[in-house]
Amino acid sequence: MKTFKIGGVHPEENKFSAGKTIITTPLPKQAIIPVAAYLGAPSVPIVAKGDMVKVGQLIGQSGGFISSNVHSSVSGKVAKIEDSLDASGYKRSSIFIDVDGDEWLENIDRSPELVRECHLSPEEIIKKIADAGIVGLGGATFPAHVKLSPPPGKTAEVLIINAVECEPYLTCDHELMLEKPNEILVGVTILMKALKINRAIIGIENNKKDAIELFKKQIKSLNIQGVEIVDLKVQYPQGGEKQLIDAAIGRQVPSGALPIEVGAVVMNVATTFAVYEAVQKNKPLIDRVVTITGKSVKTPGNFLVRLGTPLANVVEQAGRMPEDTGKIVAGGPMMGRAVVSLDIPTAKGSAGVLFMTEKEAHRMQIRNCIRCAKCVNGCPMGLNPTELMNFTEYEVWDKAEKCAITDCIECGSCSYICPAYRPLLDYIRLGKGKVMTIIRGRNK
Amino acid sequence: MANKLVISPSPHVHSGDSISKNMYGVLIALIPAFLVAIYVFGLDALKITVLSVLFCVGFEYLIAKYIMKRQPSISDGSAIITGVLLAFNVPSNLPIWILALGALFTIGVVKMTFGGLGNNIFNPAIAGRIFLLISFPVQMTTWPVPIHDTTDAITSATVLESMKLAPETLSPTLLQDVFFGIQAGSLGETGALALLLGLAFLLWRKIITWHIPISILGTVFVFTGILYLVHPVPEFNPIIHLLSGGLMLGAIFMATDYVTSPMTKSGMLIYGVSIGFLTVCFRLWGAYPEGISFAILLMNAFTPLINNYTTPKRFGEKCANK
Repeated sequence: MKTFKIGGVHPEENKFSAGKTIITTPLPKQAIIPVAAYLGAPSVPIVAKGDMVKVGQLIGQSGGFISSNVHSSVSGKVAKIEDSLDASGYKRSSIFIDVDGDEWLENIDRSPELVRECHLSPEEIIKKIADAGIVGLGGATFPAHVKLSPPPGKTAEVLIINAVECEPYLTCDHELMLEKPNEILVGVTILMKALKINRAIIGIENNKKDAIELFKKQIKSLNIQGVEIVDLKVQYPQGGEKQLIDAAIGRQVPSGALPIEVGAVVMNVATTFAVYEAVQKNKPLIDRVVTITGKSVKTPGNFLVRLGTPLANVVEQAGRMPEDTGKIVAGGPMMGRAVVSLDIPTAKGSAGVLFMTEKEAHRMQIRNCIRCAKCVNGCPMGLNPTELMNFTEYEVWDKAEKCAITDCIECGSCSYICPAYRPLLDYIRLGKGKVMTIIRGRNK
Repeated sequence: MANKLVISPSPHVHSGDSISKNMYGVLIALIPAFLVAIYVFGLDALKITVLSVLFCVGFEYLIAKYIMKRQPSISDGSAIITGVLLAFNVPSNLPIWILALGALFTIGVVKMTFGGLGNNIFNPAIAGRIFLLISFPVQMTTWPVPIHDTTDAITSATVLESMKLAPETLSPTLLQDVFFGIQAGSLGETGALALLLGLAFLLWRKIITWHIPISILGTVFVFTGILYLVHPVPEFNPIIHLLSGGLMLGAIFMATDYVTSPMTKSGMLIYGVSIGFLTVCFRLWGAYPEGISFAILLMNAFTPLINNYTTPKRFGEKCANK
């Protein structure tokens, strides 16, 4: 069994919602669709207050190369366009749509039949993916079409499908794999065609044995060539792009470089499914699977949610918010964000909602560093977190830069493992931001 | 409800590891050696250990509360370990007032003056032992006879002393005796097997990594082994060097002290090899028969420098160098 070579931790998996069939969430009364994603240039709204829209209709035009289209996930009337709080804690320009019925654009194929053949050229596939507004659904929401267009001089050799789902608690990708294996496999072949390559690896962690078996079986029964399943030893943060490439093909992406540097393109498994739907079914990215989970949640589960549905509506499907909730996390416990309320909308990057009990929500009192080096051994990027924290605390930016603070992927392994409860990542995140600002200033 | 929600940056979960868990793990690992000490030296060993722990914990509590005026953190277990290790490093017939003075120096000077756990430069128990050894050379090297000694002697020489001064007096069952701990010496250092059990526990619980203890023991074995091959006399015998004196105790429990040892793997190896090398030099050519504690103390001083010059292996370095 393979895994990445440097660092890593193994948090309690707590996959309570594993094996829970995906349930479709009812439509909300009002959908709130942000036109600005976390990453890249914001999109430009192309509808106005009072316009009627259909499901799948383009409502936000991509605002640049690293930007993505936004589509209406519901049908109804545009109520207003104004700033609204999202999972990141910032207010972003959003389109509010009052839902009326469920009328889809006619060209979207809503039948469940598998469409295998794809006669489009690579360029046409990439254009279709860009038009459909597909971004990485693992959480970073990087536009998919950008990854599929290697910069001049670089060539892709292998496509790696990220089906690791290393975040504890989350099971949305796992369940999607169990329910839509054929669609995902066709999606993989489409991505291979778009990249003009004939080799793909699907990396799945060994705690999802049923998915590994199913995919191996379906590859045979669909007679798909060039796609290999790699089962990976359970280890966090294996779903980190660089870690996954190392685990799957044994190549390490150099500091500051992109995966294409070592010939790899990494795509999340849910993104691959969205690619299938967009290319074969003309369906833009308007819904996703969200895991609702937590130790006190009555019925943890996986839900198919239209984007823009307030998280509160989704949570209702899993029973009410537990009484002892002390913290709500959008995403997984290692990299997710604590949110102030459930009124924020489901976004492209919302993989889950995690309810933590009051007891779990509080941090322990910080103690002196005892230099046990557990953070050093745990860091998957081979950094020295306690040193970087000190550099940040005492504002020694030149040393922080020299010790590669900008390599930090913010996986949280250091804070997770620290026996002195030191908030290592809190500091490193601050220091990383500062050092990046300094570097940008110097390069001007 | 909503106004009670906690907002904090990720990660939102913790491993549950804590300083005290690690410290109590080390204490568990010390149990076999403690049992051997009681078997070999009788109730004196128990008395010295209990008193040493009480002195160390008591001094830390008093200093934290009344001099530093802050909440004492004795529950983290580090003062207990220091107490046990200090006791393990003295003869079991040491006068109590000397032990108390040693504990005061260990906790008061070596640990708390620097700010307590995490801030000290030198391993407190090692520094405490050396303080006592230099200040009270007679009491610190008057060894009680181990159990099953057939002679009528009241005191005994350690294996290392015999090797250095009178190799012909070494017992024929020496190797067996030192392995199981039937030898004169400080109370917790005699049972090699028991100490190795402790090492196995520490490695199994991932409290320490193999780098420091194995590099120290390996270096001592290889270095004395080379000397023995060149000149096969008992004082160069690598197996006796490995099993006698404070080497095992020092390599497994004192040199691996988190606070005073390097943080990177390569740094740990430099540190361990240096300690092993210095130990042999001190043992063979120094004034004292024993050398491990001086070697550790010296390398403690180099730890910040080693940390500064060794970096962990960074991700992607391999490719970046291409």
